[in-house]
Amino acid sequence: MTQWESVIGIECHVELKTNSKMFCACPNEFGGEPNTKVCPVCLALPGALPVANKIAIEHMIRAGLAFGAEIPEFSKFDRKNYFYPDMPKDYQISQYAMPLTQGGAVRYWLADGSMKECRLTRIHLEEDTGKSLHAGTTGRIAGSSHSLIDFNRAGVPLMECVSEPELHSADEAIGYLEALKRTFVQLGISDVKMEEGSLRCDANVSIRPAASTELGTKAEIKNMNSFRSVHRAIESEIARQIEIVQSGGRVVQETRGWDEGAGRTHTMRSKEQTHDYRYFPDPDLVPVEVDRELVESIRTALPELPHERFARYRGHLKLTPAQATQLIEDAALGDYFDACVSASGHAQQSANFVLGDLARLANENRMALYDSPVRPEHVGELVRMVESKTINSKIAKDLIARMWAGDGSPAAIVEREGLAQSSDVGTIDPFIDEVLRANEKSVMDFRAGKTNVLGFLVGQVMKASAGKANPRIVQERMREKLG
Amino acid sequence: MRPVIEQSAAELARAVGAKEISARDVIEATLAQIDAVDGSVGAYITSLHEMARASALAVDRRIAAGEKMRLAGVPVAVKDNMCLAGTRTTCGSKILGDWIAPYTATAVQRIIEAGGIPVGKSNLDEFAMGSSCENSARGITRNPLALDRVPGGSSGGSAAAVASRQAVVGLGSDTGGSIREPAAFCGVTGFKPTYGRVSRYGLIAFASSLDQIGPLARTVEDAALIYEVMAGHDGMDSTSIDRDVEPAVTAMRSDLRGLRIGIVKEFDTGKLGHEIDALYKRAFADLRKLGADLVDVSLPTAEFGLATYYLIAPAECSSNLARFDGVRYGLRVDGADVGEMYERTRAAGFGPEVKRRILIGTYALSSGYYDAYYVKAQKVRTLIARDFQRAFEECDLIACPAASSPAFGFNAKSDPYSMYLMDYYTIPMSLAGLPALSVPCGSVTGEGAHEPLPMGLQLCGPLFSECALLGAAHAYEQASQHAKEYKLAI
Repeated sequence: MTQWESVIGIECHVELKTNSKMFCACPNEFGGEPNTKVCPVCLALPGALPVANKIAIEHMIRAGLAFGAEIPEFSKFDRKNYFYPDMPKDYQISQYAMPLTQGGAVRYWLADGSMKECRLTRIHLEEDTGKSLHAGTTGRIAGSSHSLIDFNRAGVPLMECVSEPELHSADEAIGYLEALKRTFVQLGISDVKMEEGSLRCDANVSIRPAASTELGTKAEIKNMNSFRSVHRAIESEIARQIEIVQSGGRVVQETRGWDEGAGRTHTMRSKEQTHDYRYFPDPDLVPVEVDRELVESIRTALPELPHERFARYRGHLKLTPAQATQLIEDAALGDYFDACVSASGHAQQSANFVLGDLARLANENRMALYDSPVRPEHVGELVRMVESKTINSKIAKDLIARMWAGDGSPAAIVEREGLAQSSDVGTIDPFIDEVLRANEKSVMDFRAGKTNVLGFLVGQVMKASAGKANPRIVQERMREKLG
Repeated sequence: MRPVIEQSAAELARAVGAKEISARDVIEATLAQIDAVDGSVGAYITSLHEMARASALAVDRRIAAGEKMRLAGVPVAVKDNMCLAGTRTTCGSKILGDWIAPYTATAVQRIIEAGGIPVGKSNLDEFAMGSSCENSARGITRNPLALDRVPGGSSGGSAAAVASRQAVVGLGSDTGGSIREPAAFCGVTGFKPTYGRVSRYGLIAFASSLDQIGPLARTVEDAALIYEVMAGHDGMDSTSIDRDVEPAVTAMRSDLRGLRIGIVKEFDTGKLGHEIDALYKRAFADLRKLGADLVDVSLPTAEFGLATYYLIAPAECSSNLARFDGVRYGLRVDGADVGEMYERTRAAGFGPEVKRRILIGTYALSSGYYDAYYVKAQKVRTLIARDFQRAFEECDLIACPAASSPAFGFNAKSDPYSMYLMDYYTIPMSLAGLPALSVPCGSVTGEGAHEPLPMGLQLCGPLFSECALLGAAHAYEQASQHAKEYKLAI
């Protein structure tokens, strides 16, 4: 039986975070009353002209450099001509022949921690369209009596990222998308919110015999509105195509829509509509000359990127893939963690606190850890005290609660209140003797072979010492005395 | 003192500024002339009586408050493809319906800030596509010097308004000759600055890489004044050039000594008939008499200008005019679905010449034809620009006809190609983005004409040579005084 390999390419549209729209001064903000964030330019009134947003161009360079893409010295805007009611000019200003970035690759990882790479064909800059609202009960175009158009989104800067067909499973596709998302958030160039439409993606899916290097016929999957639905849609589409081919059929090239409710894709356009977009350079916009000094200054200012951080956490700090991913998901939390590690010198124990007790408190208090009164140097002190066995885990837990409450340095608390754990036999023995005297029955039980009472007796010593006795030493001394 | 409507913009602005006459009186005299003659000329699609009166009062108040304005009280005709907030803007088309512009074009705004007063929106060939104003869906404009003839186009309304004293100056737009040809036909000066000198923001696009706003005026000095007020970088137009505008009004000169003027070998005026040939030979001789050295120059690729232009301009227009779709403004003819609505709206809204160019342009940009037509045309455009560069190594300015004939009668150019040929001498400069103007150079007896018809001498210079060009044109104008020969037919 033939083994099938799936081949997936992803096209993403990502709205860039800028103050103003791509070609006019209107605010680039999500939502608002319809048609309140519009002007002659983004409404395409007669005579209005576009002027390119410099910040959007810089964001593109940022994205390109983050993925190791080439940033050509010249770039141009082209017009993509087609009629659509929510596209005010009836052409979209896009980039065709000379995009701002070419090539590059997205490095991503899977749940097991393995690093992968998917090359980018290009990232180019374009403008978003408005939104059609179809009046009528269904909210769809079919059966509606008329449509209304909201142009607030028209002209919002949009980055299109096109991957090479180098992803081979739904997991890889999600890994790729998550890496894109984390990188854009880290660079501060997009909010990347699928629910607000600031990230939209289509997947090109095909299958081929495992040994083959030729591409099979692809289907383009649309209408996926969360990473989860991307995952489900790709799995369902791969299964559909394998079933067709195995039952002797052929996959046809088409656009398919993902139906979240039904859990399957369906034909949207049975035959690929051959659009002739009549691309040509937009004569209203001068070519972009990309200043080399600007590129270098952006390159120098790039933050540590998610895949770099992942490699550092996994390699040097030896965190688990899950821990590393959690700390990368929120770069500020990662920075906080890094500060804890440099204060403590212990990565794993720092991760345990930051992602364990502290994360739980942050969650309960609906506050980010880095906004709480707990300073990384305090976490560092705590970790050092635990590692050096100055305090035991119970005291550590209490200290965490008090640090959260604003009591400051845990070392100072331990010092002030004499909470340091004792391993000194001279200090511990009197507690043991006292407990053995008060629990004669248990002592007899132990000597009769019921060794499980040892735990109880150790617990009593801990209680009597207010938690300060080192439990390991207590147990050792107890065995000797009972022995 | 000469009647108000006969005075130049420079004279009027000085007199209004000195409170010798009020802006209100200037405007009333102009509106009276419009009321008297525009019924027979048809220069304006929309006259702006009320707005002009209100503006005149505002200018008088600014004068009273001590403000100095270079165009104080000057009545201006604005071609109806430029937006002026609160006024109907039609482009000479049906497709815009009664659309009221909600904003003002930068060039028009600069005129208004300098004290200029728009008195009407002037007629044009639909979307500036034509050379006679006959392509307007908003009425006929007659040549004020010969009412049975066209005023030229596409800025024919502004040219006719200025010639018939219904405005002191007019604003036109020139894509392939649309300021220079009507200026020649109506016996006035028309000036197209270097591409990018005047902002296109608010000028309804025909062909974005060629369109340029410029003045029409009865004197070269007025043209220089209007140009100076309008020119300069505009943050709303990325193609507007960020470069200082040298003072043009003070560059006027009285002779042409030290100037080398190129006569283009390929523009043989002998082909234009004996009378026209003689007229241009006389004009060239007059340039020499003023001290210019005449040199022969060659523009070997200029003959391909027309073919090149009729690929690039329609290609851009096919895309620029897509937005007139019935969705957001202007005419809408309903249909069963949005596709049918588009088709019906555009079928009813655009005239035949506009449709022809949209079709040509759509074809030229189509997959499979793009390289053969659009890309090749862009290459030829570069060659034409290089020809000019080479020619300007041997001369400072080029002199040639502005049009191959004087104004013709209505319906005389029944096939599109003979109409396109009217721009034979003006298109190459447009493709090269060069500044060029037409200045009156006498008259000829046209075919079947009862009266002498004006002709224009075209002068063209290298990029950004506006001052040299206007200065030389002024010297020729002052020495020849051809405008004085022209008699209004109204």
